[in-house]
Amino acid sequence: MTEAAAPLQTYLSIDNLWKAFGDFLALKDISLEIDEREFVCFLGPSGCGKTTLLRAIAGLDLQTKGTVMQGGKDVSNLPPSERDFGIVFQSYALFPNLTIEKNIAFGLENTGRSKSEIAVRVAELLALVGLPDQGAKYPAQLSGGQQQRIALARAIATNPGLLLLDEPLSALDAKVRVHLRHEIKELQRKLGVTTVMVTHDQEEALAMADRIVVMNHGVIEQVGTPTEVYRQPASLFVADFIGEMNQIPASAGAEGEVVIGGSTLKSQQHGFGAGSAIVAAIRPEDVIPHGDGARSPGAPDEIETPENAFEVTVAEMEFLGSFWRCRLQHEIFGDSELIADFSINAVRRLDLAEGKSMTIELPEGRLMAFAPAGEAA
Amino acid sequence: MSDISADKLPEGPIIKGKLSRDDVIMRLGMVVIALYLIATLVFPLWAMLSKSFSTYTFNLSAYELQVSDEAGDYSGEILTPAALNDKMQVLSETDLIAGSDSRMGLTQFFPDFSFRSPVMYQIRNTSETGRFLVGSELKTGTDWLELDSNTFRRVQLRPEKATGLGNFVSYFSTPALFNSIKNSLVIAVISTVVTVTLAFWFAYALNRSCMRFKGFFRLVAMAPILVPSLLPGIALVYLFGNQGMIKELLFGASIYGPIGIVIGSVFFTFPHAFIIISTALAISDGRLYEAAASLRSTPWRTFWTVTIPGARYGLISAAFVVFNLVITDFGLPKVIGGQFNVLAVDIYKQVIGQQNFEMGAVVSVVLVIPAIFAFAIDRLVQSKQVALLSARSVPYQPSPNAKTDRIFLIYCLLVAFFIVGILAVCQFAALIKFWPYDLSFSLTNYDFDRMDGGGWASYFNSIKLGLFTAVAGTCVVFFGAYLVEKSNGFRTGRALFQMFAMLPMAIPGMVLGLAYIFFFNNPANPLNVIYGTMAILVVCTVTHFYTVSHLTAVTALKQMDREFESVSASLKQPTLKLFGRVTVPVCLPAILDISIYLFVNAMTTVSAVVFLYSPKTSLASIAVLNMDDAGDIAPAAAMGMMIFYTNAAARVIHLLVSRGVLKRTQAWRSR
Repeated sequence: MTEAAAPLQTYLSIDNLWKAFGDFLALKDISLEIDEREFVCFLGPSGCGKTTLLRAIAGLDLQTKGTVMQGGKDVSNLPPSERDFGIVFQSYALFPNLTIEKNIAFGLENTGRSKSEIAVRVAELLALVGLPDQGAKYPAQLSGGQQQRIALARAIATNPGLLLLDEPLSALDAKVRVHLRHEIKELQRKLGVTTVMVTHDQEEALAMADRIVVMNHGVIEQVGTPTEVYRQPASLFVADFIGEMNQIPASAGAEGEVVIGGSTLKSQQHGFGAGSAIVAAIRPEDVIPHGDGARSPGAPDEIETPENAFEVTVAEMEFLGSFWRCRLQHEIFGDSELIADFSINAVRRLDLAEGKSMTIELPEGRLMAFAPAGEAA
Repeated sequence: MSDISADKLPEGPIIKGKLSRDDVIMRLGMVVIALYLIATLVFPLWAMLSKSFSTYTFNLSAYELQVSDEAGDYSGEILTPAALNDKMQVLSETDLIAGSDSRMGLTQFFPDFSFRSPVMYQIRNTSETGRFLVGSELKTGTDWLELDSNTFRRVQLRPEKATGLGNFVSYFSTPALFNSIKNSLVIAVISTVVTVTLAFWFAYALNRSCMRFKGFFRLVAMAPILVPSLLPGIALVYLFGNQGMIKELLFGASIYGPIGIVIGSVFFTFPHAFIIISTALAISDGRLYEAAASLRSTPWRTFWTVTIPGARYGLISAAFVVFNLVITDFGLPKVIGGQFNVLAVDIYKQVIGQQNFEMGAVVSVVLVIPAIFAFAIDRLVQSKQVALLSARSVPYQPSPNAKTDRIFLIYCLLVAFFIVGILAVCQFAALIKFWPYDLSFSLTNYDFDRMDGGGWASYFNSIKLGLFTAVAGTCVVFFGAYLVEKSNGFRTGRALFQMFAMLPMAIPGMVLGLAYIFFFNNPANPLNVIYGTMAILVVCTVTHFYTVSHLTAVTALKQMDREFESVSASLKQPTLKLFGRVTVPVCLPAILDISIYLFVNAMTTVSAVVFLYSPKTSLASIAVLNMDDAGDIAPAAAMGMMIFYTNAAARVIHLLVSRGVLKRTQAWRSR
């Protein structure tokens, strides 16, 4: 993201934001720009500061230092009522004693709209969230997923410039969650409203976001598209937090080389000085099996980088439905095991079983090197 | 990511949020209610405290006198009252100790004084701050003032005010006074042990057995809350008094004194202990009993290792609440205490009987100490209680046991008989023409207008007070609690407010009432206008019962989603709209509970208002006290029962209204 490329499109910009709770720093020097119509997820473990950042953007808990610009206007010290956003909380915070219609109409009142205009708008919103006939019911009479949609309808009723979602799906059961995240994404695209969602669920973030902001300990670890943060994690934390990742203690070799248990393997460019301690990392699904029939029938089975191929023993196999997760042993890994995910077909064709040995390759382009945890990236 | 601990907030100003209109309104609201609490609680208590440290003495050497001969010529000799007193020993050292309003004439130092004598006198203060009166005219300054004999007899010295421990010294050197400390403590401890024991088994029977008529017993157990604490005293007089129906049962011991106070205290504190212990027993975890049973524990062992530890916070809390109620109660020992002095009655005697306000203040300070101590421990215990609750607890289901169920039933019947019996005796006494000589039934005792105490007007005053207190108090309390719970920032202010809101619970009613005299009866106080009106009774009663109401409101508000205010602000709607449309309707059950609590207590309270009523604003509960004092015990009982019926009716109305309102506004509660 270059500043010159899209200066006009930036809708929300956060500059050098700090938040202190007493001596504890919840946010440390956060800077971030979010474009118009963009769907951004703040992702991180609990306590990483993602909700704090969202509440600072909303003005619900003011930051200690730093500025927030929204739509070109400095809103840093404005109370929530003078900002322009709609918000959905994990608890939905629907007013229990008001009907669904009244809940949605709550923000439309006192805005110069006539009663009939409000009624029309409420009906429109109910249709938009797919609950056209539920207006006369009370929140307690709806399911969790339905309540969530009503909360969403209430938040977008006044056409806010910014939609904030604070863990909106985490109180729902798995099936509903998957369904609803699709719907929210669709609705967001349709309305074109700039959206910030806080979540601790990486799958949710990968599925919904245009860009993901990965946070930890009050700092931003990485900002990028879902593929970027998955394929090219900027730090060991990101690599570990999103998806599965083998982490092998190693040392850096020459540029593009890592030394694991005495063997030198080709890797991505990494920029570490030779000999410095690193963690070599590869995703389980990137481990390539070799041998007769390892690839689809007819495809040639070639080892591209001979340095990165070796014979391993299958210590343990776990069937996970759509693939097999195998734990592989080799002397260079010492006591730890390399985890590899093989397709069901590959396992069948190679006739893999616990105790057998096989050849694998760690593809050069997928073998990454990170500074060990706790050190500067 | 660099080393986290090295990260430092950069220098420079911290962002100060711009206050929204709502923030301003809420803060102003909180300030108003905080000021209310300061004016009705903190300032009066301060006035009382400073009063207890104010000592007044006559300083006889602060004045100089000259006396002429009959021709009006002065010899030039300058006398002081001190020198004259030394010579003649008119007054002893203790005669010089005074109150704030004391005056002292000077003629006593001149044995041959005659107001017809042509002898002239001159008098002056020796310092600028000296004061004496000529008639009602205050004289200060050091200029000589010449007076003839007739005027001189109207000269009155005023005492000097000083700050010190003098009042406390004289309190603790008067055995008649400080003995009350021991008396009060003994009574409170005995009553606490008896009440908590009785209430525990009663609550145990209702929660842990399968006996019948539980609903009835629950109702009976709550009845004493509806009557003033002095009513059981009246019943005891009828039962065990000098002409008591069954006084033989005491084998010659007198009911007037500790025995009467303890029995009466058990009666009026029983419901309080019962509620707390019953709640503690109700939340016990059934899984523990299953575990104990599977480990083949004996019932006795299970009782001591599971039941008692589970209810221990309830028991401790109940004990301190009862202790506090007994030690601060005034009505009951006033009626049945006889010569047995306790602290609360001492305050009354000092203030009303002897007009010694300073000593009243001293006793108040002494009484506040155990009350605050009990209150603090109770709060500490209650804050620990929360940890016991777990979402996975399974409620205990008692299983029938014919033998123990029968024993519990008999026990509960006995307790119910005691409670109903006390009330029945009062009702009986009220309807008897003239116990024990004319046992025919009549309504003459209800002809309150012919008795001392304010008559029927005082009854209607009480209802007025109850209604005003319920309405005004509920508004103030609930709005105050809302502001404290739901406003942003302003941390110190909110913490301070919380503290003020908890304070009234620790302040005995007698102390509050006396503090009100000191604060509101001061002519220099602009709030002086409400002194002697219904307004001060309402204010005092609201403040007196503020804490429990506040806690009820806070509990209800805590159950509201924290984010309602955030949502409302994001929708750009005023917080007060949210308050009216959502908060109040959802909290309506709690609001109704607060108002009935305030109403019932306003009907029964004696202690705080006894210092504050005026002839026009006498109350039913005060009338009970005064009629009893005047010997009209039967009418007192009749009025006490009127309070009971009124409160019972109010409860029923509250129940019906609650149901009706719930049906209408809380349709959302049912799916």
